[in-house]
Amino acid sequence: MTAIIDYGVGNLFSLACSFKAIGAETEITRDPARIEAAERVILPGVGAFGDAMEKLRATGLIPVLKREAGRKPFLGICLGMQLLFDQSEEYGLHDGLGLIPGRVCDLRADLSDKSLKVPHMGWNSLEFVRDDPLFKYVGNGEYAYYVHSFYAKDCAENTLAVSRYGNVAVTGAVSRGNVYGTQFHPEKSGDAGLRLLRAFVEL
Amino acid sequence: MLAKRIIPCLDVKDGRVVKGMNFTGLRDISDPVELARYYNDSGADELVFYDITASAEGRKLFADILRRTASEVFIPLTVGGGINTVDDFDRVLKCGADKVSVNSGAIANPSLIGEAAKKYGDQCVVLSIDAKRVGGRFRVFAKGGREDTGLDALEWAERGVGDGAGEIVLNSIDTDGVKQGFDLEMLDALAARVSVPIIASGGAGNMEHFAELFQHPGIDAGLAASIFHSRQVDIKELKRYLREKGVEMRL
Repeated sequence: MTAIIDYGVGNLFSLACSFKAIGAETEITRDPARIEAAERVILPGVGAFGDAMEKLRATGLIPVLKREAGRKPFLGICLGMQLLFDQSEEYGLHDGLGLIPGRVCDLRADLSDKSLKVPHMGWNSLEFVRDDPLFKYVGNGEYAYYVHSFYAKDCAENTLAVSRYGNVAVTGAVSRGNVYGTQFHPEKSGDAGLRLLRAFVEL
Repeated sequence: MLAKRIIPCLDVKDGRVVKGMNFTGLRDISDPVELARYYNDSGADELVFYDITASAEGRKLFADILRRTASEVFIPLTVGGGINTVDDFDRVLKCGADKVSVNSGAIANPSLIGEAAKKYGDQCVVLSIDAKRVGGRFRVFAKGGREDTGLDALEWAERGVGDGAGEIVLNSIDTDGVKQGFDLEMLDALAARVSVPIIASGGAGNMEHFAELFQHPGIDAGLAASIFHSRQVDIKELKRYLREKGVEMRL
């Protein structure tokens, strides 16, 4: 069973459906016992970093998630990936879970072509920088669906894939030990996204 | 590189796709779920569902269609039609929509955009504008293009983005249904005013029209209904053609 962490951020309907489509059982939960019993954990998230950390803190799950992240495959998606890092500068400085070294910064500030639109929204091609079992069924150059205005940086050593947006190599996927993150939404990335999730449940 | 997007639009009334025609190889040409699946297989980058139902039973059918679509098609899904309150956002988001498009509802109640953006994020709010030339200016029309609101379309767009709309669909009434190409003049004028993604709608008649459209760097996506439904233009073929023309496309 895959536990999808329910902490009041975002809509988990599509995410649960995407796992169902690949034949994987999920449970949307905030129960520590269920998270401990799960074979793997998904940390979803949309919205602002500070607000999401606040909500996560309110569930009391942070110590549970930190512990489980060392024990089983753990995937943060979109804002859920950003939460894995040390810190974000979205609307002030906020501490993250600190599971992967790096920080989350304003994409607009780093784009030299100011006519590029932020949020970075739409399908962008993945450029693998490191081979990983997560990409077992996905090819270099396949497209993934992104929607975000902040991005992770100073995390090169744990970066698995990037997507080019103007001069910026947007961190697309990361991993450190059991902990994985994708800035894009695999559950909205069509067939390629489902194949990535399949590889994740096989980890 | 970020790809340009091709988006088919499905008008749904009482659980059926309106304007769905000439489809071969599909069991039910007007079943929205089947059509959505077909477009997903063809490489559509996103789907737009417009609910043009008036009845309560129709609303229920629409919710059911959304849920069924979202449970088997894993690309972004935008829903519009009859969105007048934040509760309407909630209603369709719960059924699996990723973005919600507002039009007349935002004209009647302009604070709707800001309220929804605050609650669900800018990326969730799409401002859809039906515009038409009146006395040398682009004017916003409401009620499916029947009613001149007197609003200037570019000012309205700018205001919507300021309030939190994360994307704009600009439908030109002047080119809609004419199939002579998108309204590039109107689209360029909009692109010069706002910095959010712009989805062009109205006027696509053939593949060349999309190639022309994407020569305008401020335009992110092309939306059409009947030319896809009638298979005058096949999405798979269109995307291959555009990539050959040098347009970034997800194939």
